[in-house]
Amino acid sequence: MSPQSTSRYQPRRGIWSFLGAAFGGACFLATLSGVIALSVLLGSVVVTVLRRSPAHAWYDLWNNARELFVYLQALAARRQSTNPAIAGFRIGIAGSLWLLFLVALFAIPIGVGAAVFLEEFAPQGRIRRIIQTNIANLAGVPSIVYGILGLALFVRAFGVRALALGPTLWAGALTLSLLILPMIVIASQEALRTVPSSLREAAIALGATRWQVVRDHVLPAALPGILTGTILGLSRAIGETAPLLMVGAAGAILQLPRGPSDRYTALPVEIYNYATDPDRRNFQPVAAGGILLLLVLLLTMNMAAILFRNHFGRVKE
Amino acid sequence: MSATNSRKGELWSVNSRFLLVSETGVWVFFLLCAVITVLTTAGIIIVLGTETIAFFRRSGVSVLSFLTGTELSPGGDPPKYGILPLVWGTMVIAAGSSLISLPIGLLSAIYLSEYAPRWLRAVLKPALELLAGIPTIVYGYLALLLVTPALRALCEPFGLQVQTFNALSACVVVGVMTIPMVSSLSEDVLSAVPRSLREAGYALGATKFAVSTRIVLPAGLSGVAASFILAISRAIGETMAVVLAAGSRPQITLNPLTSVETMTAYIVAEMGGEASYDSLKHFSLFAVGMALLLITLSMNILSGLVLRRCREVYQ
Repeated sequence: MSPQSTSRYQPRRGIWSFLGAAFGGACFLATLSGVIALSVLLGSVVVTVLRRSPAHAWYDLWNNARELFVYLQALAARRQSTNPAIAGFRIGIAGSLWLLFLVALFAIPIGVGAAVFLEEFAPQGRIRRIIQTNIANLAGVPSIVYGILGLALFVRAFGVRALALGPTLWAGALTLSLLILPMIVIASQEALRTVPSSLREAAIALGATRWQVVRDHVLPAALPGILTGTILGLSRAIGETAPLLMVGAAGAILQLPRGPSDRYTALPVEIYNYATDPDRRNFQPVAAGGILLLLVLLLTMNMAAILFRNHFGRVKE
Repeated sequence: MSATNSRKGELWSVNSRFLLVSETGVWVFFLLCAVITVLTTAGIIIVLGTETIAFFRRSGVSVLSFLTGTELSPGGDPPKYGILPLVWGTMVIAAGSSLISLPIGLLSAIYLSEYAPRWLRAVLKPALELLAGIPTIVYGYLALLLVTPALRALCEPFGLQVQTFNALSACVVVGVMTIPMVSSLSEDVLSAVPRSLREAGYALGATKFAVSTRIVLPAGLSGVAASFILAISRAIGETMAVVLAAGSRPQITLNPLTSVETMTAYIVAEMGGEASYDSLKHFSLFAVGMALLLITLSMNILSGLVLRRCREVYQ
């Protein structure tokens, strides 16, 4: 730098400033890649559905949107079939909603309970550390391994006929619950940690018992964070395919499940079946429509969770 | 009384018997919830362990020949169980996808933590989270619908044959799929680098480029490395995208335009074939699952260790 320079800040010229600008640009492009991926994904799926019967010109957005809506509605009402013209996802959607309900029933109380134990009740020390490490490791176990666990533990019960659940909704829901448990525990723990300790101390000072403190003060304050983590976990469960294939949701099911001990199939599993059908070229619009149905469900859930957190996320200090 | 033998125990003195019972009952309930997570781990290890032992005992395949065998044909006569083709397929997908996800994820993490204005960050971070929530089957379908035809259009003019199921399209979709993971984990670490380091750099006249690449990145390096390891481990454990995109032909090949089979794809393919519960094929699922678990688990533990080192430096 020249000694007579008077400006406070003078970046090096030439190749370095060019490199700096190029680097910034590359970083920006890399960040946009996510948005690009999302739009390519949605765009190609929508185009595949609409190409089925090109009744309207592509710029006729209103009619195309109506066409799409009508087709998705039809798909949601039809059962699975080997004929692409009458195939749909009705049984799979019913199965997925059953799973959603049952998984919420199992995973939310256990996950939140484990988080409350670790954050509020557990004595500091080795036991807490072991459980904590264990949960962190479970979060990284591939979902297919949970499928193997569910197959051996719930579907077959190690060959003990009396305890085996078979390929029923119970087995699928229990497997998915174990799968998302670490997610719910970790998210709930983070939410509990943001509750200021002054809140706890005030309640303790007034003579509340430990459970009263947690029930009346800590849990309500942490609720938005817990709900966000829970919704994200549930949406992960709804989108999972591999473990369900392992625990027996694969077969051709033509009946709506009437209770949790019925056989079932799920929306992503039906998509998988249509996508791998030998006649998959003809099934392309059906599979694409199924993916749109799945994405609509999941993106709504995720968006709700994220907005919810951004809106209520800040705990009052 | 279990409720009082802890750190804050002296603060409570419960007199009423009802409160005492309900406090203890609640404590036990929460303990059970936490114990279930430990039992899950135990269950995974016991299930995979016992069935893997059963596989080796019944098939007569030695552990060594299982790990070093280069041929896999469970339906052949005699059936051959060598896991190397599956490991090869898995590694091809993991390496290929990390060529996409690691650089793009890192650059976008740097952009989010160093360059992005606050309002843009507030938009982009939720978008990344949405992207991370898209199920893997969607990516697999996209590989068949979009990536493979695109590869065909690119490669066939040069006389390269592209199979319907090929490793390259699986690499592309798995890579795109793991970008949000790399970028959000790395961004957390880079944002946690103390401001004072950046300010010292700017005070010495460094440009934003220099501060980002020579100060912030080295300071957060172990965290970034941890996120890389996690992303690779995720690519190894990825199932549906790989099943749909890469197919199921176990072979050791350097040509990325042909089909390979990963460990996860083998498990799904053999299960989908409705192998009966007593067949050797069925037991081989557990042996492959065990190998998969060991690989991903050791990578996750490694990533945790690397991350802990990073925390020790700055906190």
